[in-house]
Amino acid sequence: MSKREDEGCVRNRRTDAGQKADDCVNSDSPVIGAFKVFQRELDTKHDKHERLVKISRDVTIESKRTIFLLHRVTSVPDFENILNDADVKLDGVRQKIGQIAEELRGEDLHQFHRAFTPGIQEYVEAVSFHHFIRHRKLISLEEINARLVFMKEDQTTKGGGEDVCAGPCVLTFQVTPTDYLLGVADLTGELMRMCISSVGNGDMDTPFELSGFLREIHDGFSYIGNTGPYEVSKKLHTLRQSLGKVEDACYALRVRGSEIPKHMLADVFTSRAAHLETDDGIA
Amino acid sequence: MVLEDGVSKYCIISVLSSLEISKSRNVTVKSEGAETALKMSVTEMFSYIQGFLSAEQDIREDIRKVVQILEQTAREILTVLQSVHQPSGFKDIPSKCQKARELFCTVRTKTGELKTKFPAEQYYRYHEHWRFVLQRLTFLAAFVVYLETESLVTREEVAKILDIEVDREKGFHLDIEDYLAGVLIMASELSRLAVNSVTSGDYGRPLRISNFINELDSGFRLLNLKNDPLRKRYDGLKYDVKKIEEVVYDLSIRGLAKEQETEGDK
Repeated sequence: MSKREDEGCVRNRRTDAGQKADDCVNSDSPVIGAFKVFQRELDTKHDKHERLVKISRDVTIESKRTIFLLHRVTSVPDFENILNDADVKLDGVRQKIGQIAEELRGEDLHQFHRAFTPGIQEYVEAVSFHHFIRHRKLISLEEINARLVFMKEDQTTKGGGEDVCAGPCVLTFQVTPTDYLLGVADLTGELMRMCISSVGNGDMDTPFELSGFLREIHDGFSYIGNTGPYEVSKKLHTLRQSLGKVEDACYALRVRGSEIPKHMLADVFTSRAAHLETDDGIA
Repeated sequence: MVLEDGVSKYCIISVLSSLEISKSRNVTVKSEGAETALKMSVTEMFSYIQGFLSAEQDIREDIRKVVQILEQTAREILTVLQSVHQPSGFKDIPSKCQKARELFCTVRTKTGELKTKFPAEQYYRYHEHWRFVLQRLTFLAAFVVYLETESLVTREEVAKILDIEVDREKGFHLDIEDYLAGVLIMASELSRLAVNSVTSGDYGRPLRISNFINELDSGFRLLNLKNDPLRKRYDGLKYDVKKIEEVVYDLSIRGLAKEQETEGDK
């Protein structure tokens, strides 16, 4: 009996202390004062993190849409239009990345890196896919970063605009080598899909071109191998699978391409790429 | 011109090349291969990236070496301080603290060394490497300060003891979450100390520890913690509080606490 009473007493005292702290009555205590400062600091940090996550999600969604748009080039005769549309979309994505750059102004890029790395990887994937379709080359890290320079006035405008007045501040966003690598690894998946769907459309040249390019990328990743971060070596496995699919496709084309009528070629690959075909249907 | 931290090296280059690119883009959007600047083959690109990665790995290797020594020193300090839990150690707490403070000199030289191992603006890139040891050292510093003055060490004091900064802008700093984590480690150490001080016949100390921990607890309750390691650690604080309350309870029903309080402040 007395035990319970006493315990209750102690507990009461504790909750009292808590309430006092909440009511700012106890703010003369140095500890509480210090923790008030910590509270502000942590809240600011968490808010910034949340904002960055939100922007990153937007970047991811828009980049994914751009990639779907770009997948249509295999079936449309005038792909130049699609590429220009994609350019406009990517400009929109870059605006969003400009917002990230603005959030990060004066901050350590790596402190909030986790918040926006998915978006950036998706952007790298989209922009390198676009670049590949247009130039048949791998976009370099410098080229990506060069586009992520923003002139800051009242609103963020894309970097390098001629109408920028004197004295605007320059914001840059740097894609880290790791994000670039991971984005490029994702790109190989897109290239594989492009390869399969172009076979479906009776295109005989693109698959061979793609397999050469994929092989180059694969060699590059093998060269990096284990020295890279953990995520990179994880992607290497998927990369191998994609490469295998593309090489199989090229093999089948070479061996049986002359025998099978073009309109049946698609069937040859449906077993292998069934889920991909349905995805394309949705897109 | 405000350049963002950590990227200023490439900033100017990027600006220039961006201007060039966007100019050529505007003029000849449709002609292929207009962006001739900064072209690289796939192989070149990958060896370029590889360069980045191996440079980073070298830095990590260097950091790891220094951190290892720091961890070693932290263990030594802990060993010195652990003896306060022994009945014999209670009498010469000041001398233990003195000894610990001497060992913090080694820590200071090592943190000084650590600062030189990586570019100052990339603190958070390598943060994981020293996060653990910095929390330990914060705990040790806080523990020493508590034993000496029975008050909570401020972040500035810890930074001074470790010879690092408080503000991120000024260089190698003490992250707020690391500081708080260190304080939480100290709380569980103090709950242990409360038990052991009773065993050694010091009945006044648990009451003072209890007040201190309660204040800490209300402090932590002000924070809006996210679901992260710090939050997890904070969830353990209530058990420390409970433990100390039990000690205080045991003392008070036996009238031991009061008797100590009257003669305790000797």
